Amino acid sequence: MNDREPLTFLMTQAAEYQEQANLVARGSEPDKNDWRKYFGFSTDHKVIGIQYLVTTFIFYLMGGVLATLVRTELATPASDFVSREVYNSLFTVHATVMIFLWIVPAGTGGFGNYLIPLMIGARDMAFPRLNAIAFWIIPPAGILLMSSFFVGAPGSGWTSYPPLSLMNGKAGELIWILSVLLLGTSSILAAVNFIVTIFKMRIPGMGLNQMPLFCWAMLATSFLALVATPVLAGAMILLSFDLIVGTNFFNPTGGGDPIVYQHMFWFYSHPAVYIMILPVFGMISEIVSVHSRKPIFGYKAIAYSSVAICGLGLIVWAHHMFTSGTPPWLRMFFMITSMIIAVPTGIKVFSWLATIWGGKLRLESPLLFAMGFISLFVIGGISGVMVASVPWDIHVHDTYFIVAHLHYVLFGGSVFGLYAAFYHWFPKMTGRMLNETWGKIHFALSYVGFNLAFMPMHKLGIEGMNRRIAEYDPKFAALNLLCTIGAYLLAVSTLPFLVNVCWSWVYGEKASDNPWRGLTLEWMTTSPPPVENFDADPVLATGPYDYGMGSRATEVNVAFSDASDPVLSAGPSSTLRAKPDPAVAASPSDRVGESHNR
Amino acid sequence: MNIPSQITTLLAGIALTLVSFWYGQNHDLLPISASVESIRVDSLFNLMMTIGTGIFLLVMGILVYSAFKFRREPGDESDGPPVHGNIPLEILWTAIPAIMVLGISIYSFDIYNENGGADPMDHSMAHGKAHQQMASMPGSAMAGTLVAQADPNQQKAEVVNSDPTTAAIREDLPQKKDAPTLGVVSPKIGGAEPGAPEFVVNVAGMQYAWLFTYPGTDVVTGELHVPINQKVLVNITANDVIHAFWVPQFRLKQDAIPGRQTEVRFTPNRLGEYPLVCAELCGAYHGAMNTKVVVESAEDVQKWLQSQQVASAEGLSKAVATTPANMTETEYLAPYAKEVGISADTLKQLHSEHHSMS
Repeated sequence: MNDREPLTFLMTQAAEYQEQANLVARGSEPDKNDWRKYFGFSTDHKVIGIQYLVTTFIFYLMGGVLATLVRTELATPASDFVSREVYNSLFTVHATVMIFLWIVPAGTGGFGNYLIPLMIGARDMAFPRLNAIAFWIIPPAGILLMSSFFVGAPGSGWTSYPPLSLMNGKAGELIWILSVLLLGTSSILAAVNFIVTIFKMRIPGMGLNQMPLFCWAMLATSFLALVATPVLAGAMILLSFDLIVGTNFFNPTGGGDPIVYQHMFWFYSHPAVYIMILPVFGMISEIVSVHSRKPIFGYKAIAYSSVAICGLGLIVWAHHMFTSGTPPWLRMFFMITSMIIAVPTGIKVFSWLATIWGGKLRLESPLLFAMGFISLFVIGGISGVMVASVPWDIHVHDTYFIVAHLHYVLFGGSVFGLYAAFYHWFPKMTGRMLNETWGKIHFALSYVGFNLAFMPMHKLGIEGMNRRIAEYDPKFAALNLLCTIGAYLLAVSTLPFLVNVCWSWVYGEKASDNPWRGLTLEWMTTSPPPVENFDADPVLATGPYDYGMGSRATEVNVAFSDASDPVLSAGPSSTLRAKPDPAVAASPSDRVGESHNR
Repeated sequence: MNIPSQITTLLAGIALTLVSFWYGQNHDLLPISASVESIRVDSLFNLMMTIGTGIFLLVMGILVYSAFKFRREPGDESDGPPVHGNIPLEILWTAIPAIMVLGISIYSFDIYNENGGADPMDHSMAHGKAHQQMASMPGSAMAGTLVAQADPNQQKAEVVNSDPTTAAIREDLPQKKDAPTLGVVSPKIGGAEPGAPEFVVNVAGMQYAWLFTYPGTDVVTGELHVPINQKVLVNITANDVIHAFWVPQFRLKQDAIPGRQTEVRFTPNRLGEYPLVCAELCGAYHGAMNTKVVVESAEDVQKWLQSQQVASAEGLSKAVATTPANMTETEYLAPYAKEVGISADTLKQLHSEHHSMS
């Protein structure tokens, strides 16, 4: 095989091939970019995507400030920085902001909106107005939540378990419920839009198995959001009745059951974890393949494992309740389902590693963050299997071990993935390159800061430090100080990124259409793409991951009448195949080197 | 291709395995183990740590190795080898994790069972146990027969409240009905062993203290004393919000839920004082809701109970004084504040801040 490789690479590279085929579709250079459209009710999915990303990033900074305040309080054992009530509000709002106003809307609303229509060759989302409405719910809901600090912010944790949530300040709690309801609605609207768009608006010739993996991930995510979010809304509405009208759905003094709330809450909030991580899985698949210059290893395994995670994700929720109202048989059921989720997740991780293995790595910020993502997510996955085990969870539930675990999954996982995506797609979105040196500094600072902040928490939790406390046993002081230093470093690490983005957006080096030489369709138009993305329908000359398949000597003439599905790409020099395909052998082992997405 | 020769791979594999096994036993992450149950939980954790270390090292090894080995040559714009997958390899890395998690599940199930978790007879045992327990308490046998048909949660509540001291400190909340067929919903940790006498303690969590009562005595205390090497049954409930009873050195945690009766069984096997922590967010002073478990000899427990009884015999004042209702917040928090190193003045200050804010 080694001997034949150089020959192959003398031929046209896959990326050029795909670009050539799409020269007609390539969008014309957009007219002067009017910045005002980003502040109005635009129905362009790219504008909405950027609106999502910028808005959610601002909320991310606010959530980060809250986190820094929390860590400042915890720098010393005594409660000496803010009052205990305010402390509880800090971590409650921190979690709510990070989940509902940053990771969920940035992963789905932000990147999903920007990329899905481009990747499937569509001009826009299926319901552009609905799309804009879904976005415009977010800023008021976010401002509403932050404004709760003026009336006494909610302080019963982002889980808001009754009866505690019914006993703290009513105004803050009500504001929390309202904003979560609004954000949930936004998420449902977006999910409907993604499902219809992906099913109905792919270019001819792009079957489900020719979609980029991010589309698979978004399909699974949207399905989860659609099924699970209404249950959260139900819980919120019942909770608000208990709070304002004095009903007793969850209030034990009137015969209500607080455990029922926990079931309803986690029925959404566990799948919410997958809503936060699946889009990132999808983006990592794209980034790893492009920057390793290799086809994604095991396309179908990665695609279907997203679906498996989506299905399994709906039947694991009670693992958050192993120490509350869960009878033994239920504990065992949820332990086993939770453990099984490790299998599809493991498939993804190993497939990414195999994609990287033997590639030609362009070790720049996108791939660095992607590899950082893999390394941190694996730690979160390992501690995830540990806490799925009932006897161990009974020990570490509600401790800093959980805090460490969830941050490894949601920060080391989702946020590192989002950063990778920012570096990867920024040139497409803005037409400018980000500065690579500052990108590397950003990566180094966040990687070190993150591990410093969260690795010691594993030990803290195991040793006996419970979570959500403003004061703690002085024996935990040293490790907590370390965590606080890490958190400060993490806070500082945001600055290079911010400066880099702001500066590059205006003065950055101009980006070409396809700076990373990717094969997916978003790279087949201008950077940034014009309104409506393409001048003609793009075609799939190659599959989305056919890197290294340079030689196109096997071009065939597929008569238009002969092509079973890819009507548009049939013709004299088609690389898509008619059925039955004369160029493809019957046995898969003879087809090595050919696309598996065809 | 740049795959290392089989010998180096083999050596790396052996090294990885050895390091994992070594670290799985020598991670030094666990606190002291002070109960029979915690030893089992620790062995489970050590196994998971061994496997976890192996996987972590494997993944990190591949990432770091790749970052150096497969870095693109400057100026090389060509693609890598077009490898799309490898079905046997993919089956392998699906099957191995599947077997691993299945193994961990079975082992966890086993440990859970050994600690008395999923005992299928648990339900009926609870009945038998309840009668036995009550027989020792004069005047309560009648109640036992009357509630025999009621659902377990209600029954448990009545058994526990048949002790007047316990009833006095517990809020009278409506009790939830348990599911009729699928077993008890009010959770339990640890099963009863028929015949073995249990040391029974009732506890109620409230903002922000644990109140322990010892059936048959009129002692109400804020700390838990238990005899060594005897099975202890703690009947838990909460008066206001959800709390959680956690003793890290016993590796046991159980939520205290208003309207539900939960129980924890454990056998302490090491003398000493251990922290008892509230692990479920219960309000502003959640972080101060700590007390201690004292594991001592059975005689010492009895001696301590008697001294407490003498104290309370002087009047009910002792018991009443321990209930937070009759204390100012500052008074009541003082002992906890001392533990975390806050002076009474700071507390007063915080206290007034807290009131001016709400």
